[in-house]
Amino acid sequence: MRYIQGFRDGRTAEALSKLIAEEVRADRDYHLMEFCGGHTHAVFRHGIPDLLPDNIELVHGPGCPVCVLPVSRLDMAIELASDRNVILASYGDMLRVPASRRNSLLNARARGKDVRVVQSAVEALALARENPDREVVLFAIGFETTTPPTALAIKQAAALDLPNFSVFCNHVLTPSAIQSILDSPEVRRLGQVRVDGFLGPSHVSTIIGSAPYEFFAEEYQRPVVIAGFEPLDVLASIRMLIRQMNEGRAEVENQFTRGVSRNGNEKAKAMVAEVLELRPDFAWRGLGHVPYSGLRIKREFRRFDAEQRFGMVERDVRENAACQCPAVIRGVKKPTDCEIFGTVCTPRNPIGSCMVSDEGACAAYYRYRRYAEAV
Amino acid sequence: MTEKAPKLDKHIRLAHGNGGRYMRELIDALFAARLGDQGLDTRVDAAAVDVPQGVRLMMTTDGFTVDPLEFPGGNIGSLAIHGTVNDLAVAGAMPLYLTLNAFIEEGTEIKLLERIVDALAGAAREAGVKVVAGDTKVLARGECGGVYLATTGLGAVPNDLALDQQQVRPGDRIIVSGSIGDHGTSVLLAREEYGLRGDLQSDSASVLPITEMLLKHPGLRFMRDPTRGGLATVALELARESGLGMALEEDAIPLSEPVSAVCELLGYDPLYLACEGRVVAAIAPEAADDAVAELRISGVAPEAAVIGTVAEAPGPVMLTTGLGGQRLIDELEDDPLPRIC
Repeated sequence: MRYIQGFRDGRTAEALSKLIAEEVRADRDYHLMEFCGGHTHAVFRHGIPDLLPDNIELVHGPGCPVCVLPVSRLDMAIELASDRNVILASYGDMLRVPASRRNSLLNARARGKDVRVVQSAVEALALARENPDREVVLFAIGFETTTPPTALAIKQAAALDLPNFSVFCNHVLTPSAIQSILDSPEVRRLGQVRVDGFLGPSHVSTIIGSAPYEFFAEEYQRPVVIAGFEPLDVLASIRMLIRQMNEGRAEVENQFTRGVSRNGNEKAKAMVAEVLELRPDFAWRGLGHVPYSGLRIKREFRRFDAEQRFGMVERDVRENAACQCPAVIRGVKKPTDCEIFGTVCTPRNPIGSCMVSDEGACAAYYRYRRYAEAV
Repeated sequence: MTEKAPKLDKHIRLAHGNGGRYMRELIDALFAARLGDQGLDTRVDAAAVDVPQGVRLMMTTDGFTVDPLEFPGGNIGSLAIHGTVNDLAVAGAMPLYLTLNAFIEEGTEIKLLERIVDALAGAAREAGVKVVAGDTKVLARGECGGVYLATTGLGAVPNDLALDQQQVRPGDRIIVSGSIGDHGTSVLLAREEYGLRGDLQSDSASVLPITEMLLKHPGLRFMRDPTRGGLATVALELARESGLGMALEEDAIPLSEPVSAVCELLGYDPLYLACEGRVVAAIAPEAADDAVAELRISGVAPEAAVIGTVAEAPGPVMLTTGLGGQRLIDELEDDPLPRIC
């Protein structure tokens, strides 16, 4: 299988880097937001900034699933796990995310709570079947990529009439987050954040398609290029964005044609619509309350809704005041603008969620660019 | 009339550790039968060993736990030999004698134990090392993960050999003897947690043929086997202890397709995955190409490669990515956790 290396070829990268350098105008600069944590990760892991001219600035967006989950929801999950009869099934990178009182799922597990790492929602379903005397709760987080598997697991649980499986649903929507950023005072009025264009999500868009971004391109006059996660995809997409800006266009273009169509995956979308519905409001870490930006389980499937089954209550939580994660998530600040970055807050002792996941901007800066930024 | 050798039970019982008849029978049938020809005398409490003249002795010890106990390319038995033999080998020593401790959980299948001790005896024979003393403990069910092994090794190293991080000089080359992460990945696959399957084999092996070949070069400064923490951890330790930075080339680091594919799926970085039969070495620049050519042509390490250079000054370990960018290699924090999407 040469699939991976083919999209990482150094010589092609060099050629693309030259093309980008030829494309940029010397009399302006370009502020491009990569929405997804997957892009942030690729940018740092492969050293993409070293291949770009100085007047292209990459602004890191909020698309890191574990970064945007508010502490209060994580606290709820940990509280749930402290029920001795509960097996909490979680995605791996959620485990280290700091909760209130220096807690985390990893700490909870070390204290004997039953927290299991799963790779997919159906694995949680299998856990429920293997442990009929325990309550298995899937801690469902993420954007549209991980939402259809959650919907599928709930449908399967309904078909099997599984009494001991439920879902703590925290799924959120990409278009709402993009709109929230574009509507934020920092972007609209204060001019603190310049976002001239978007590298659009790749995996999310395989589900929702490229059509949902047409509104932003048109209404806010920002070009969007749906970009694959491989480094050559990112470089090619940056070139497409630069070209649009230079030509004064603001359209949705699709670089990731091998995975994304205009309408996306109709079957997956239909399944999500069957099982989940919009919440009137969801509190994001960083973005705050965003109307109609999160999903909950529909009434027909409420017996699989952990929030109902366990009477879960969300409490207000005060976040660490020094932590700039919220500003980093909105693209207002760079990780290095945060006073506790790299000193108090490190991957070993993360204060904010952005220092945890490989997709978080702070962790990526710390792991891969600390030295480059320092010199 | 000699007593007929009793047939062992199918599973380990607590009585197999009680010091009595069951234990004697287990030790005779399991360990003595396989290691007796290598100098293991189960009748004595301590073994006398011959020591060559004009050398320094080196000792090392290591404990082994692996889940699952058997994996493609080896099992915990072969691993327990390779781990300790390799620790001596990369220090420039010739491994001579080993001791073995086995902690066995009640209920463990005897057949499985036989396969483990077979592999252990085979690996010891291949590495030319004698298992001269041992001990067995049986733990109650649930108190131990099947089988834990611990081996202690004694080796001989020439008096004048100086191999360590302080020998490393600016401009020295970094060599790796083969593809990285094969062991870590094959154990991961064998666990079948993620529903992934593949025909990847662990690289678990004695590195003695490699270290012997490298030791012939006077320019050799330092060797290490990248086990837990992988290549990245060895590079970071070398940079820290030598006080010099390091530049590695991603494209030069041998990486098999299955390892690269599994890492992409789960979001792991192969630089941090364990190997059990590889050597990372620092060697003078004028000797590096010859050493690698020898390793490759002889078939001892067909994928050996020069993967980087020691910097002129103190600094971090930097990796030039395949794409041509730069990134920092940082210390591993917690265990790697798979990424969500």
